Amino acid sequence: MTTTTDLSLPAGFGSATFRAFTDSRREPEWLAERRQLAFAQYLQKLDLPLSQEEWKRVDLRTFKPNQFALRGKTVRTAAQVTTLMHERANFAGAVTHLDGSCSTVKLDESLANRGVLFGNLAELLVTHREVLEPHFARAVRPETDRFSAWHAAYCTGGTVLYVPRNVEIDQPLYSLIGLSEPNAADFSHTLVILEDGASATLLEETSSVNPDAAGLHVGAVELIVGKGAQLRYVQLQNWNQHTWHFAHQTGLVAADASLQWTVGGIGARVAHIHQDVKLQGRGANAEVNGAIFATDRQLLSYFTQQTHQAENTHSDLLYKDVLRDQARVVWRGMIRVDRVAQKTDGYQRNDSLLLSPDCRADAIPGLEIEADDVRCTHGATAGRVDDEQIFYCMCRGLSRYEAMHMIVEGFFHGVYDRIAIDAVRDTLSEAVKNKLGIGL
Amino acid sequence: MNSVLKIENLCVAVDDKPILKGVNLEVRQGEIHALMGPNGSGKSTLAYALMGHPKYELIEGSITIDGVEISELEPDARARMGLFLAFQYPVTIPGVKVADFLRHAVSNVRNPERKEGEGLIPMKDFRKELRSRMDELGMDHEFARRYLNEGFSGGEKKRMEILQLAMLRPKFAILDETDSGLDSDAVRFVSEAVSRLAGPDMAIIIITHHERLLEFNKPQLTHVMLAGRIVEQGDASLAHELHDKGYVGVRERHPAEAAEEAEPATAVVA
Repeated sequence: MTTTTDLSLPAGFGSATFRAFTDSRREPEWLAERRQLAFAQYLQKLDLPLSQEEWKRVDLRTFKPNQFALRGKTVRTAAQVTTLMHERANFAGAVTHLDGSCSTVKLDESLANRGVLFGNLAELLVTHREVLEPHFARAVRPETDRFSAWHAAYCTGGTVLYVPRNVEIDQPLYSLIGLSEPNAADFSHTLVILEDGASATLLEETSSVNPDAAGLHVGAVELIVGKGAQLRYVQLQNWNQHTWHFAHQTGLVAADASLQWTVGGIGARVAHIHQDVKLQGRGANAEVNGAIFATDRQLLSYFTQQTHQAENTHSDLLYKDVLRDQARVVWRGMIRVDRVAQKTDGYQRNDSLLLSPDCRADAIPGLEIEADDVRCTHGATAGRVDDEQIFYCMCRGLSRYEAMHMIVEGFFHGVYDRIAIDAVRDTLSEAVKNKLGIGL
Repeated sequence: MNSVLKIENLCVAVDDKPILKGVNLEVRQGEIHALMGPNGSGKSTLAYALMGHPKYELIEGSITIDGVEISELEPDARARMGLFLAFQYPVTIPGVKVADFLRHAVSNVRNPERKEGEGLIPMKDFRKELRSRMDELGMDHEFARRYLNEGFSGGEKKRMEILQLAMLRPKFAILDETDSGLDSDAVRFVSEAVSRLAGPDMAIIIITHHERLLEFNKPQLTHVMLAGRIVEQGDASLAHELHDKGYVGVRERHPAEAAEEAEPATAVVA
């Protein structure tokens, strides 16, 4: 862990903090230059308005970035972070981060021997530059907007997985991103690269040690799936309800490759995720799943794009969200089809289940199609839990709570059925159950 | 000892409108009762009120099982005490598999003290039992994996109610027009199934307009409701007579109640 910060930095993200931050990291020139560039872009973009289309439903008025600071090296180990997923499967490797520092790395020796890289991005970018540099910040470009530039300037590290050509990893890998200290910030970056013909499963989870500590995550996820490769990636966002979560997440899918991407949205006070899937090669396939459960005053916002850039590509997105109390979920989905992407088959769907009169779900699907021989469809539904369903369940001996649980679980089943990984289904199910317990 | 369900002077309102106006009924475990009466006379209201539907407000009276007052209990507590309603219109619960739903239901009813999260009945035993009940009811095992009532035909929904009855083995089962909306083969099937389930441990209250169900499940007592009261009681021949002749005679014999009927309902003939 040569590159973790071991100084406490001034709060905020201005020039003084940036200098102290870069000084503390002692990075090679090429990385430092990237940061400098991104920081300049960040400062520039701070003065520019955010995209109305993407941000108009996300209220940032109470967001005060200067309340948060990057932390120095923390002493806690990941064992102290509550995880829902870690004990559920035998993982071939595990990486954990806390308050922006990598705390543990494990990888089966057999995989390391086959050339698999799995560990701390900050470290491996230096030691394996020739492999990782061409892919780093390729899918999520720093200049995209304020948040991507901010992330690129202050990126603290994160989990990187590199799987060489034709290496197939059967057992899943695990990554944990934790926040512990009050007002800590995490700028972690997940980079997954599958070379042609490789396959892997990465399950990632975010978690807060302290249920009451405010936190900030400005993250990025890059999933690069080579020709004929198969990646399953899951990110369960399970911060406490005092955390702001902003992320740019992009998957690039090459010819005949397939990406199954599952997003779990449980925690955060406000979350906005810009999720892009780009189908770049003929026959590329992406399945995107979302299981979201918002309660209290949470606002969880998803801006998804399925971009078809080649012929015969297929994408299928299903987001299911459950809302309670005064919670709000926004899903803005877009399917884009480039002129060349004939025979595209694109689908997107969002279903919302409302458990209280004061919650609100916005679903805004959209299509932008330039090719003329495609099939693109979308759908959105919103419904309430019917009192008659609850009564029926209770007439069979189920308690009200059990009935509600069963109905909510049933609603998510449409997503669970698509995820063939027991650990993920069980984790999501557990997260839902925990959450149902609050306030009942 | 046989359990007794006792309903005394039960008065129930829906949206402040009185529907039941003093119902008295006593049912013992092992008995079969027919509950008849024209549409709107309060049969289904009585069924829902017995189960504790929140819309059905108890104004007066009592419901006891073996002397224990149940009218303040939640529906799940009543189910755990051995009360069961086969719904006329069972709801759909998307994404919930029949087997999962029933395993929870059976676990709770057989172990009334069970709290959520505590152990369910062992999967292996449960599966075996479920399969044999399905076999007895001529149901495909595939049913267990389907989502509860989702995409079920009318007949399949009713079979599902009977399967639940068979699995839960309540002390008191109310069948609310379980034979309605079915073709004659399906009615016969349901009737036979119920008669196989009936026995000394189960009382059955059959709400029906048809003869078939009663042919296979001969009631010891027939109760006739009119305008929220039970106005006549008799044996199986009363049910037969009502089926043949309708409720004209009942109305003539009880002009006061007939005058109270919300809308002059016509006699239902199968």
